Amino acid sequence: MTRRSLVAKTYKLYLGGAFVRSESGRSDPTTDHAGAHVANVPRSSRKDVRDAVKAARAAQGGWAKRTAYNRGQILYRFAEALESRSEELARAAVAQQDAALPAARAELGAAVDLLVHYAGWTDKFQAVMGGINPVAAPYLSFSTAEPTGVVAVLAPDEPDVLGLIREVAPALAAGNTVVAIVSRRWPLRALDLGEVAGVSDVPGGVLNLLCGRLDELLTPLCGHRDVNAIVDATGERSKVVDELAAETVKRVSRPAPDGDTLARIEALTELKTAWHPVGS
Amino acid sequence: MTATRTKLHWDYAPAPESRDAATLKPSYDLFIGGAWSAPTDGTRIKTINPATEEELAEVAFAGPGDVARAVEAARAAAPGWAATAPLERGKYLFRIARLIQERARELAVVETLDGGKPIRESRDVDIPLAAAHFFSYAGWADKLDYALAGRAHAPRGVVGQVVPWNFPLLMAAWKLAPALACGNTAVLKPAETTPLTALLLAEIVQESGLPDGVINIIPGDGSAGAALVRSNVDKVAFTGSTAVGKEIQRALAGTDVGLTLELGGKSANILFEDAALDQAVEGIIEGIFFNQGHVCCAGSRLLLQESVAEEVVRKLWARMERLRVGDPLDKNTDVGAINSAEQLARISELVEAGEREGATRRSITCALPETGYWFPPTLFLDVAPANRITVEEIFGPVVSVMTFRTPKEAVERANNSAYGLAAGVWTDNGAKAFEVASALRAGVVWQNTYNKFDPTAAFGGYKESGFGREGGPAGLLPYVRLT
Repeated sequence: MTRRSLVAKTYKLYLGGAFVRSESGRSDPTTDHAGAHVANVPRSSRKDVRDAVKAARAAQGGWAKRTAYNRGQILYRFAEALESRSEELARAAVAQQDAALPAARAELGAAVDLLVHYAGWTDKFQAVMGGINPVAAPYLSFSTAEPTGVVAVLAPDEPDVLGLIREVAPALAAGNTVVAIVSRRWPLRALDLGEVAGVSDVPGGVLNLLCGRLDELLTPLCGHRDVNAIVDATGERSKVVDELAAETVKRVSRPAPDGDTLARIEALTELKTAWHPVGS
Repeated sequence: MTATRTKLHWDYAPAPESRDAATLKPSYDLFIGGAWSAPTDGTRIKTINPATEEELAEVAFAGPGDVARAVEAARAAAPGWAATAPLERGKYLFRIARLIQERARELAVVETLDGGKPIRESRDVDIPLAAAHFFSYAGWADKLDYALAGRAHAPRGVVGQVVPWNFPLLMAAWKLAPALACGNTAVLKPAETTPLTALLLAEIVQESGLPDGVINIIPGDGSAGAALVRSNVDKVAFTGSTAVGKEIQRALAGTDVGLTLELGGKSANILFEDAALDQAVEGIIEGIFFNQGHVCCAGSRLLLQESVAEEVVRKLWARMERLRVGDPLDKNTDVGAINSAEQLARISELVEAGEREGATRRSITCALPETGYWFPPTLFLDVAPANRITVEEIFGPVVSVMTFRTPKEAVERANNSAYGLAAGVWTDNGAKAFEVASALRAGVVWQNTYNKFDPTAAFGGYKESGFGREGGPAGLLPYVRLT
């Protein structure tokens, strides 16, 4: 009797809501902890970065205009969908990274909980950050937090899933759209997250996941004039990133892994103050 | 040949919502400690459909011993719930929100059957907002430090909550969601005439896996409510009439029991001559006839600027005559049944008093069903400030119309009330709108809109409309002890 062979997955980028190969037609091999080949992943190009930023920009207005409640429900749906795949993803960490299963499960649990936590922030950060300004004149002056726009996320190599969710979730909660470069060392599970987002009512283009070589992607992404903010979670204090950001005054944040969640949202919002006369 | 205009027909074919979406049990027990339990010293009553007077189900009413049992169950569950990690508490509330969404159709049909409100409202307002409230407060559970500006806080313990019959499930959500998010356990008493959706919520609570005793739901009449507020609870939250609210405040005098009251209103809806009149007329209709006027913040005092008063009354009356009164399950119905015979008698009494005191009554002529409790949409002209219909809450589809000349006079008239729950301001002049809004002694002011509710926006009254707020971060405060 012939043994049934498994159908291996072709790993693709998550770009504009679609799963695509790199337009360059290039790929890189991914190996497991022992150096054995696991799969090939797309090696994103400058053009892929530009396509992703374009998709993110196109989706940003619509995402920001959705009610906070709706964004919260979508992030919660993301959590539901990730929970349903967490056992598979935890076991993948065991196989690929030689992780201990309890630790791998804990990572997934923390990622799901973080999505739930940020689902709850969407309709609350405004109340905490914004407010009425008691100005000394007959005006109603109020400040509201608005999304800064398109956010570039440089995910850490490890933890590949939690490290990505940790930076993507606050950006999405605040109404930004994201182009993320996932873990270079462990890109497979991070690319799987695209599939999770894809079934979570996250609109196409709101979250874009690229993988590839950081030295090739840093300049086109962090130097892109249509990117408004950079979250650098690589753990490096890269002068290159800062200099690229300065070109169009991008906001750069490097949040500590266990840092405050509201601070992550604050880093990716703009405060707008509006004035309105009161009385004649 | 002379062209003749076709007469407009406003008859609508019936579009009834199917009752099949809801399967009621013949009988419901009390929900105590996570299980259904028969009343030990209570009774059983039949809850009826106010639109048809048909019996819907038998419902257990709690006696004083049952109330005490429910409070004990909540007390037993309190330490465990308070010690549950905040995010985990939130997850239960998220789950409840999801389950409400999943059973939305059923809940909407039952809300309409038991309370008489149009299905359009229970479907589009009551049930979605109840789910939204749980969803929003779920997210506060692990963010209390942010809401409370870093102040140290602890749950109050066991809260006793008494809710009214006008928005049965929604008011239950307003009460339970913040209480649980803050780590309290609760005993909820739904209103006498509308216990069913709260009992379905008890089923949802079971489905959610919430630990036993965290939510207890005990239908009952006023005596059960009175027993609950006087029982071994740490906090009381009440929504209902000002008269009962005052009784509760007296009953808790000299104790450390926390109290919030969301009471009656006689809210002013103020229309200036520079408003978009047609839009304003829709808002006036929405303000007073939403839910048959069984709304604590109903815009029951309409204040019209003199220069446009005649025109607005004409437009308003024309719009009122187009209101469809009747079968609450019909998706075209605008105004449903009055909630109970008792409430119908109260409305009728006040309307008669209005006529006796010399105001001019205009009620629309429409065919009302022969069974059930009904009252036609009504407006009063030539109303004096001291008339009972100006001063007292009617809680029905009745609006009193008065006029004013200047913004100052409008504010004076609006504030001339023992109540201070809500107000509406209609003007296209933003500077005027904000000036008037800031001068109004009311907890909610709607500008160029009316009857808008959101879990993120605080709601509650000034003066005899009560104290404490529900919604937004302010809605958490009544449920924590700042330490």
